[in-house]
Amino acid sequence: MEQLTWTGTLGPVLNPLIMAAAAVFALGVVAQFLLSLVPSGNVRVGSMLAQNKGPADYAGMAVKYSFGVILLAIIAFMVGGILLPGPEAKGIIGAMSARLLPVWVGMIVIFAASIMYKRKLGLYGKLFDSPIGMVGFALVLFWVLTALFADMIVTHDPLSQIAAMKNKVPGTPMPADTEGYGWYLLGGDNLARDVFSRMIAGSTIVMQIAPLATLFAFMVGITLGLPAGYYGGALDTFLSFLANLILAFPVILLFYLLVTPEIVETGLPSYMAAVLFLFPIVFLVVLFNSRYYVQPAKQRLFVGGTILIGGYLYLSMISQPGTPLHFFPDGLDLFNIPGGILIVFVSVVFVNSPTVFRIVRGLALDIQTRDYVAAAQTRGEGPWYIMLWEILPNARGPLIVDFCLRIGYTTILLGTLGFFGLGLPPESPDWGSTINDGRKLLSIYPHPAIAPALALMSLVLGLNLLADGLREESLKD
Amino acid sequence: MAADTYDGPILEIENLSISFFTRLREIPAVMDFSCTVMPGEAMGLVGESGCGKSTVALGVMQDLGVNGRIVSGSIKFKGRDLNEMTLDELRDIRGREIAMIYQEPMASLNPAMKIGKQLAEVPMIHEGVSKEEAMARALEVVTDVKLPDPKRMLDSFPHQLSGGQQQRIVIAMALMSKPSLLILDEPTTALDVTVEAAVVDLVKELGEKYGTSMLFISHNLGLVLETCDRLCVMYSGEAVETGSIKDVFDKMQHPYTQALFRSIPLPGADKNSRPLKAIPGNFPLPHERPPGCNFGPRCDYFEEGRCNKGEIPMVEVPHGDRHGTRCLKWEEIDWDAPLVVDQTHEKKEPGDVVLKMEDLKKYYEVNANALFGGGDAKVVKANETLSFEARESETLAIVGESGCGKSTFAKVLMGLETATEGKILLYNQDIQDTPIQKRQTDTVSSVQMVFQNPFDTLNPSMTVGRQIIRALEIFGEGANDAEREQKMLSLLDLVKLPRAFAERMPRQLSGGQKQRVGIARAFAGGAKIVVADEPVSALDVSVQAAVTDLLMEIQRENKTTLLFISHDLSIVRYLSDRVMVMYLGHVVELGTTDQVFAPPYHPYTEALLSAVPIADTSVEKQHIVLEGDIPSAMNPPPGCPFQTRCRWKSDVPGGLCEKEVPPVKKLSNGHQIKCHLADDILERMEPVIKIAAE
Amino acid sequence: MGLFILRRFGVMLLTALCLTFVVFFLTNLYPNLEKLAKTQGNFRMTDAEVTSYLEKNGYLQPMVVKYGEWLGVVPSFRHTNEDGSVQGRCISPGVSPEDAPRFCGVLQGDWGFSTVFKDDVGAIVSTRLSLTGKLMFWVLMLMVPAALIVGVLAGMKEGSKLDRTLSTFSIISTATPEYVSGVILITVFASSVTGLKWFKGTATSAAENATFENFFLPVLTIALYGMGYIARMTRASMTEVMTAQYIRTARLKGVAFSNIVMKHALRNALIAPFTVIMLQFPWLLNGVVIVETLFNYKGFGWTLVQAAGNNDIELLLACSVVAVFVVLVTQLISDIGYVFLNPRIRIS
Repeated sequence: MEQLTWTGTLGPVLNPLIMAAAAVFALGVVAQFLLSLVPSGNVRVGSMLAQNKGPADYAGMAVKYSFGVILLAIIAFMVGGILLPGPEAKGIIGAMSARLLPVWVGMIVIFAASIMYKRKLGLYGKLFDSPIGMVGFALVLFWVLTALFADMIVTHDPLSQIAAMKNKVPGTPMPADTEGYGWYLLGGDNLARDVFSRMIAGSTIVMQIAPLATLFAFMVGITLGLPAGYYGGALDTFLSFLANLILAFPVILLFYLLVTPEIVETGLPSYMAAVLFLFPIVFLVVLFNSRYYVQPAKQRLFVGGTILIGGYLYLSMISQPGTPLHFFPDGLDLFNIPGGILIVFVSVVFVNSPTVFRIVRGLALDIQTRDYVAAAQTRGEGPWYIMLWEILPNARGPLIVDFCLRIGYTTILLGTLGFFGLGLPPESPDWGSTINDGRKLLSIYPHPAIAPALALMSLVLGLNLLADGLREESLKD
Repeated sequence: MAADTYDGPILEIENLSISFFTRLREIPAVMDFSCTVMPGEAMGLVGESGCGKSTVALGVMQDLGVNGRIVSGSIKFKGRDLNEMTLDELRDIRGREIAMIYQEPMASLNPAMKIGKQLAEVPMIHEGVSKEEAMARALEVVTDVKLPDPKRMLDSFPHQLSGGQQQRIVIAMALMSKPSLLILDEPTTALDVTVEAAVVDLVKELGEKYGTSMLFISHNLGLVLETCDRLCVMYSGEAVETGSIKDVFDKMQHPYTQALFRSIPLPGADKNSRPLKAIPGNFPLPHERPPGCNFGPRCDYFEEGRCNKGEIPMVEVPHGDRHGTRCLKWEEIDWDAPLVVDQTHEKKEPGDVVLKMEDLKKYYEVNANALFGGGDAKVVKANETLSFEARESETLAIVGESGCGKSTFAKVLMGLETATEGKILLYNQDIQDTPIQKRQTDTVSSVQMVFQNPFDTLNPSMTVGRQIIRALEIFGEGANDAEREQKMLSLLDLVKLPRAFAERMPRQLSGGQKQRVGIARAFAGGAKIVVADEPVSALDVSVQAAVTDLLMEIQRENKTTLLFISHDLSIVRYLSDRVMVMYLGHVVELGTTDQVFAPPYHPYTEALLSAVPIADTSVEKQHIVLEGDIPSAMNPPPGCPFQTRCRWKSDVPGGLCEKEVPPVKKLSNGHQIKCHLADDILERMEPVIKIAAE
Repeated sequence: MGLFILRRFGVMLLTALCLTFVVFFLTNLYPNLEKLAKTQGNFRMTDAEVTSYLEKNGYLQPMVVKYGEWLGVVPSFRHTNEDGSVQGRCISPGVSPEDAPRFCGVLQGDWGFSTVFKDDVGAIVSTRLSLTGKLMFWVLMLMVPAALIVGVLAGMKEGSKLDRTLSTFSIISTATPEYVSGVILITVFASSVTGLKWFKGTATSAAENATFENFFLPVLTIALYGMGYIARMTRASMTEVMTAQYIRTARLKGVAFSNIVMKHALRNALIAPFTVIMLQFPWLLNGVVIVETLFNYKGFGWTLVQAAGNNDIELLLACSVVAVFVVLVTQLISDIGYVFLNPRIRIS
């Protein structure tokens, strides 16, 4: 078996094309930028003046077409990767594309279905009217599906080491006597593990923690932010002071203080989890109670159901063997979260909640001046009904947008934790830890750090673009 | 300059069509619009919101934004086609030859720039004068718009001025370079009635002084009558009728114009004997316009196969002064046929007293300087010794401009605030100190409210049906979901909305429909007293009549007591039995509608009556313009609240007005006035509105 | 205004006290103290030895007392050894216990002794801080003007090509945290294998002698992440202002486009970003920690990591005081600046 090239058999044909197109693209962008700085004289929008094509338009066309060529070539590599036989012909890009086949299939199915029914899907459907939103959604979807199908995609066990592959460059074939996939597609790291598989496996960890932690932060932020904004007064002053207190803490210092094995030993994260995880249950109970208190039958059903199911989940969540909070019989305990993940989770929620609190508080202040809130007040609704059923649903637009942005931010925070080697075990394949591992030999072997770095960047970028697209579309109404 | 010797029409718009382009479709906003403005002439452009009148103005300014485009036609300004000018030529004309005044004065002034600088900029750009000279000019113009202390004005920021003063500054800015054409886009809509009257007066006077032609855009026919020489009525993107004020007001030749006049409350209309006639149906959305005549589906004279076929051209009406109409049947319609009144009603006698207020006071403490803390807490006296009673099935109108305390009064009545002093008796039960949370369900459901802003009154993320059902749940109506569902549907019937609307979201409804849902919701618990806070002021004229009618019909059936809060005296005169006039927290006048609308008046009522524009050429009004603005409730004047603007002040001896709050003076039959004026002076007052004998 | 600032100072002081107490509490939890004892003594200490070490050094007093000592409002701890000699926080080597002051906390200007660097905390923090100050200065010099220019240019004409290009740039830059952009920049510009070798991948030498070659990459890395955010805020604010009615007024007054932007829009558009830039400081602090670690630049952030990693309690406390101080002062400046920029608030 031989060393893989990046582009395989298609390379000699397409590489020069890509190079040429990229050059044109770069020149075009620069030209466009410079031309747009020059005042455009008498070109008018909105009138019937005939517009001759100026140099700026030609630059724009050049950018558009060269970008199209690059895109087509990349798609050709990917499709070629799936169709061509044998990894040597596929090249590294092609081979990766072939491994990611389940992801491509999933994306195509979801996109096709969404575009077909986009008029019936509300805000989500409108996303497919915005190119930015679609690109963002595609990036996010890519990583979600990759995380889901990670077990099918990885070529090697992300933790196993094969000594001969230490620090090998991308496309290096495995030693002759080993079984399994014959190449390290993105090379090996300084502990001789497969970079590609670690990157894929890392996505699963990020996807497990980031969205859920953000969701919890929202629960906490909403449950506290609504009354602070709605009631105002001393409650608001107190909660805002607390929020500012946490926000004044440099995040890294907080992580260094919270996310250490010694702190886990004291049981502090378990206590914090006990408090933070209570919020969703409180939230749901208040939500149902405020609406159904006029209908006792429904009230019993919803509130009771929430307390039973939520309470059971809550108890089995916070009860952990080896911590001070271990009271639940093991037979009943549904799941246990490893201490490392729990502390990472809790501290990320803790850091994110004050910002959410501030946003929700601001929105509540704004929306409570509306007449429909006054209408609810004049028919004698309780304050929690007004907060949760009159104010909150109408704040959903900005909150959804912020939710996307915040998942991205949480991902960055997780990476930061990994970068300082905090929380998760050192061998964990999450992106931050992998970057941390790779940075020591960065100037000699950049590939182990670059792969997870680009992965993290593309996910966060996707979330940012998605949020932008959502914001744009939700403002259009 | 060539332009100075030009003596043709100032503005000549021919067959103008403007469209906005969205990703999905082209939305025509203005179609085949033509009009001519001669030098010194004031042209009115009237229509409901969405009819394209503002788009015409922006088209003239060539400022349609990224999506708007002039599709065809020409706009000639002094003979030169604006469509063909380059950006530099346009820039030269904007501000110098054509100036514009907008609806929101606060928004149209740069908040971070001193007023003097904003004014001086105009001549500095266009005439290249020095800064000193420009400032001197600014001072001159600010004096012209009758602002107090012009020097200080130039040195202040816009937020330091009141709304009326800001609008005067905007007018001054427009006049800085003595333009030939002034475009006014709803210039007074955001202002209070008495301030509006003063601004309108000023515009008229300055127009004459500077010899400026005007394009006056408004939805208010009365205002156009007062300001313009000619007008053009627009409907759904088209001009439907155009001509001189006299022709259009008295010899209208288009069904829409006629319907419009029949739907506004003019003096003489009465809710029982001469009710208004609402225009049926809704204003068509720009992309859902019917074929043929746009007004067809709502027109009484509609003829199938004729009115909905093909384009309808504008035709000249003979014997008029450039009078045109866009109607195929104008020659066949008998324009003088009297209005067929659908039904008249017996005047109902009011029943027992249901609500009684005794010396109600509501004071607020506000922190004068919230940001920096500190500062003395100030007391705002929002309501001062309010006493009145309201009877069953009676309509009591509460009239006043912003800051008069009518909203505070509503809040106290509803229980959102508790009274500082005094009593509110609801069926002889004290409720002034009970906040809404502690009130009994039937107390809450019997006092309900209809809100002003239709776009704000419904929760945007809940279906219409759900919102009404929620009100039923809260009021304990219906034993189970199915019963409440039925009740909800019957409420929709009550407010004449199709039952299918139950599943709709509020954003799918028009303003009038939303307001109907708001009414249905208020009556969900069988309300006995309904506070209607300007329920129709945000609606289009043609819809107002329908919603008002609906309210009164429900009132008649349910014997509801209606507390109708409004600043619009025309509608108050039309529907109320008794009227209470408020100014800065005080009730200045209270009496039956006839008593309040006839002398003797309280001086404020008198000014208010004179300020309201009336769209009837046969009405003669006494001209009373109030000086200055309404004082802030935070800092009310000593003595009589109205003394700062009162024209009768000199008739009270001894400066009593500045020292003491006047006592309530009881006149005949429960008519009361809070004024120091002696009885003989009150006797001498003349009626403000006279209808010329026909 | 005076009252306002006074009140803000009160809140600041309260916040600083709360925060340092939290740090104090967390660092003084028993497992942390145990770790400290073992790193200071040796890793094979028995539990009893650990306890006696902690006892001798006063770590086993109640939390509040220890905090008071650190603050300098409680007389400091002294321990009489078996040989009769007295040791304590305030007793520096060579000074007899009688001459040593009773109080030696922050209020007395004594920040304590670093167990990692074996040096006076005050001295360490001030030297490290000056190094970081140098870094921050260049970051701000690069970031703020660039971000404002990008934001204003993009927001000037919403939806134009220029806007889209610049917005894409700023969105990419906000999506790239320092540890990602640092890795990429080093790979591209400094790696000895694949890179262009224009710059150096470490900034250790920049502490003494900062040159473009060894200092540009760390500065750029921090600036890039913050730049995108500020630029987006500026753009948002600028687009909002450009659609405001008064801009239309100016346009229809015949003001030229360049003058509309410079005279009418700019001041109004910069009010919001000013606050953002000021509130960006806490995040810059994060960036500083990451970048100093990545580029091995021995400034404040690097010290913070060292202190936290080794539970160097007093150094960590000093670091957090500095951090909190920076955050609160910038908040104060942002509030005051907002008032000065916005005439609507200033006068009323």
